[in-house]
Amino acid sequence: MKAFSYERVSDPAQAAARAAEVPVAKFIAGGTNLLDLMKHEIEIPKHLIDVGGTGLDEITPTDEGGLRIGALVSNAALSADTRVRKDYAVLSRALVSGASGQLRNKATTGGNLLQRTRCGYFYDTGMPCNKRSPGAGCAALSKGAATRQLGIIGTSDACIATHPSDMAVALCVLDAEVETVTSTGEIRRLTLDEFYQLPGDTPEVETALQAGEMITAVLLPPPVEGRHAYYKVRDRASYAFALVSVALIQAPDGTGRVALGGVAPKPWRRDDADAALPQGASAVMARLLDGARPTQENAYKLTLAERTLAALLAQE
Amino acid sequence: MDFNQSTEDNLFDHARVIGKPHARIDGLLKVTGRAPYAYERHDVAANQLVGYPVCATIARGKITHMDASAARAAPGVAAVITTLELEPLARADSNVAHLFGGATVEHYHQAIAVVVADTLEQARGAASLIEVRYEEAKGVFDLEDAWTRLQSTGEPVANVGDVDAAFAAAPVTLDETYRTASQSHAMMEPHASIVDWSDGGQMTVWTSNQMIQWTRQALATTFDIDAGRIRLESPYVGGGFGGKLWLRADAVLAAFGSRETGRPVKVALPRPMIFNNATHRSGTIQRLRIAAGSDGKITAFEHAAVSHTLLGGSGEDAVNQTRCFYAGENRRVAHHPIDMGLPESADMRAPGEASGLAVLEIAMDEMAEKLGMDPVAFRILNDTQVNPEEPSKPFTERHFVECLRKGADNFGWAERNLKPGGRREGQWLIGHGMAGAYRGAPTMTSGARVRLQNGRLIVETDMTDIGTGSYTILTQTAAETMGMEMQDVEVRLGNSAYPTSSGSGGQFGATSATAGVYAACVALQQQIAKRLNVDEARFEKGRVVAGQTDMALADIADGEEIVAEDSINFGDFKDELEIGTFGAHFVEVAVNAYTGETRVRRMLAVCDAGRILNPITARSQVIGGMTMGVGAALTEGMSVDTERGFFVNHDLAGYEVAVHADIPEQEVIFLDTTDAASSPLKAKGVGELGICGVAAAIGNAIYNATGIRIREYPMTLDRMIDQLPSTER
Ligand SMILES: Cc1cc2nc3c(=O)[nH]c(=O)nc-3n(C[C@H](O)[C@H](O)[C@H](O)COP(=O)(O)OP(=O)(O)OC[C@H]3O[C@@H](n4cnc5c(N)ncnc54)[C@H](O)[C@@H]3O)c2cc1C
Ligand code: SF4
Repeated sequence: MKAFSYERVSDPAQAAARAAEVPVAKFIAGGTNLLDLMKHEIEIPKHLIDVGGTGLDEITPTDEGGLRIGALVSNAALSADTRVRKDYAVLSRALVSGASGQLRNKATTGGNLLQRTRCGYFYDTGMPCNKRSPGAGCAALSKGAATRQLGIIGTSDACIATHPSDMAVALCVLDAEVETVTSTGEIRRLTLDEFYQLPGDTPEVETALQAGEMITAVLLPPPVEGRHAYYKVRDRASYAFALVSVALIQAPDGTGRVALGGVAPKPWRRDDADAALPQGASAVMARLLDGARPTQENAYKLTLAERTLAALLAQE
Repeated sequence: MDFNQSTEDNLFDHARVIGKPHARIDGLLKVTGRAPYAYERHDVAANQLVGYPVCATIARGKITHMDASAARAAPGVAAVITTLELEPLARADSNVAHLFGGATVEHYHQAIAVVVADTLEQARGAASLIEVRYEEAKGVFDLEDAWTRLQSTGEPVANVGDVDAAFAAAPVTLDETYRTASQSHAMMEPHASIVDWSDGGQMTVWTSNQMIQWTRQALATTFDIDAGRIRLESPYVGGGFGGKLWLRADAVLAAFGSRETGRPVKVALPRPMIFNNATHRSGTIQRLRIAAGSDGKITAFEHAAVSHTLLGGSGEDAVNQTRCFYAGENRRVAHHPIDMGLPESADMRAPGEASGLAVLEIAMDEMAEKLGMDPVAFRILNDTQVNPEEPSKPFTERHFVECLRKGADNFGWAERNLKPGGRREGQWLIGHGMAGAYRGAPTMTSGARVRLQNGRLIVETDMTDIGTGSYTILTQTAAETMGMEMQDVEVRLGNSAYPTSSGSGGQFGATSATAGVYAACVALQQQIAKRLNVDEARFEKGRVVAGQTDMALADIADGEEIVAEDSINFGDFKDELEIGTFGAHFVEVAVNAYTGETRVRRMLAVCDAGRILNPITARSQVIGGMTMGVGAALTEGMSVDTERGFFVNHDLAGYEVAVHADIPEQEVIFLDTTDAASSPLKAKGVGELGICGVAAAIGNAIYNATGIRIREYPMTLDRMIDQLPSTER
């Protein structure tokens, strides 16, 4: 870890302005991801702007009939909120399947969206990694690499890492939007699809956020009726990132929406796959995973994704 | 005290304290955070500095250049010592890899520098400023290649009878190849040491280590100094599992740091470095052949295995148990340790047997199925009471059959699922499996000193308590022998100033160290008898009774201290005997029919391990082993990058040990047995028996649940997903 300076701000717009103005600044919220990355010197910010005092820790109803989740609402508080549990159960379920109780107490909504990948080579600074050091090459794409956990779709020749968030998969299936404030004080709203970027040639760029831009809230549209389910598949029963996860909202008539976690650099969802839901899991996956480029070690994720959805559909 | 023949009826057969359930006496210290572990011993030496290791990022080659000038100039840095400044250090017998010194890199994350600073943050921050350039060399990292090259070559360690003829004649045979993964000890407390070698004279080491004398000797060899100048303390160890049997880089780097700065220096290996810097259990590839008559009697075994090691190491000898666990006249077993460029493989809990039984006990299950036999009955039929290679060598006490029978009864084996894939609850397939367990019961010379002070007894031995309960069972032993209450006995451990003990490892610790304390207590009794001028005395209720004398122990020496010291030496009469521990594991699993996730639902172990010294601490050992067995079966495996030559998932997020949610109800039954040939206490070890066979029992249960036979560990869902039932309804 390198020495850094630190300040606390109370106003989101001021935070964004400061972040654009001070060189190599970063926001810190719960710190559960950023501090680890700083210790490993995977992230080396020179200045930390603590946004914990910006008052964005409330969940409030919106005029459209949805919910506005402040960026600083903890994962624990969000998962336990009675409105979320009743109307957005997929989100609650995704949250409680992630990390551990202690971590969820600290982890925030904004920080969760921006957590970095868990690719083992990304974490080992002795290894070349395009995401960590642009242009250095990708150890995971070399011969002999261990890739069982890595991505199968949306990846590129520069990076095959996944985005590890469970929460984001649920937000994706809920059509949530991310609200931000830019360094010039402008408020933006981005769909999750617009928010997350695919790696292409620049895997270090993970989101559409501009320099200094801060997440202020996540906006949930009015509730979507139907069954809300989240199935996270992992090797051990708890406290592990997903090999594959499936978020599902299904109406009584069989129509609905599906998003996948653990397979791509962002939560993975396609309209044509949603439309195929009444035809069953294999029809959905034929579309959703069309164009997948798995490695030999992680090709099982194709089958696993389909079977996991099939398990959910069989549960009713 | 010499232990030259099987013991007769003695005080432990009428025990008051030994064999009774006593909660661990260091428990309160531990749960209140007051048991001092090595890295937190701020009080033992003033002005401590913190060292942070720098590790190589290639697997093989040479360092051509190191520039530490920026690190030396960084804030708070007191010293930087790089490997290029030193000649390669002498290597102690117990180590295979060089720990530090010289330009050669033998494995990934080998220590190549240490930065010493006022704070951890300063040391860690400066560590990354060191520039290193390498000349990489080609290495061999793929065990599969070695297996292809080497199988069916080499000298067998045992070759009895005519194996080929037996296979040719047998109506039922099995020939399968299996794979076990490399594993990390993943103990809670990392390797950590504080070393004070400020003046280059006396070296004091506060560390976390299982073997005080080995490590003191290793330090003496490494630094070429007299062992008498080295003092080691390791009173509490937060788990070792074999990972802390040896001197490792933490103590070496701290010693250099201390000599350079003239201040005490502490170093802990950061978790992400432990997997590649320290030792691990090697993965194996094993081929097992079994031949049997149609009556189910085994006629031949052939077992060949490879494992990896750095040049000069011994790898993971997975074939050993196959030599004597089951009957059968013909057998050939061979192990090839392959020199490879992966980090140093060495002992981990039940070295050899854990991997060997993980395979043998699946093969036995497969064989039982081919024979159409119940796997319990098949094992009972093939029990042996003598070493089948040397039938003149009997097992002293072998109650394996009783373990099997009792286990089957208590588990409800008769109600198990009989048809693989045949029992379903909702989306889950339910299966049952079992396996046999066997592990040797070695003993080692072990010494102790006892001091009687005003009716209180102090026991000193360099034995360690690695979370196992040594403090408690040694207190029980001394209290029993001296006729005292446990609260009047104080046991002091893990200090090189105390008599040399067996140390903790190879499941020899409890048996050997309790016998050593017994020997010292008997020596004390003799001194007391002499003082009282009697030939024989009885010690009971805190008093000594001899003839007319009946005196409180507190009164015999007028406030003076009486000190006695002795050790137990085990005679070679044991060479003519097979002394082992035995067990049977039964498990129930649920496998998700859609996803292949496996969850263990119930586990039972029945153990035959001689006298159980304390059922609470013994049970802890066994359920700990069972838990590790769940990890070995389902999740624990270090992923090898076969080109770059290292273990990629080198932290506890990537290397998944079992968590609470993975562990179901665990039941342990100890047979009421004793082994008079083992020790005066008639005890044997249980710490390694508990893990033996567990993984296979789970693998067999997965087969029973799904009909899918997996022959590669860990048995993750990707190894079965293509064979699971169709999801069409
Ligand atoms: C052991 C472990 C296990 C875990 N397991 C899981 C799991 O199973 N599933 C899962 O989904 N997650 C898991 N996580 C990740 C966890 O969810 C994240 O660490 C957490 O959500 C991050 O939130 P935070 O508030 O602590 O973020 P921080 O660490 O404070 O910040 C993370 C990033 O977000 C940025 N940031 C924070 N707030 C804002 C904001 N308002 N605007 C702009 N940028 C911001 C920071 O600059 C930083 O780059 C695990 C983490 C750990 C340590
Ligand atoms: S997959 Fe991405 S994160 Fe992993 S090593 Fe390659 S570039 Fe880095």
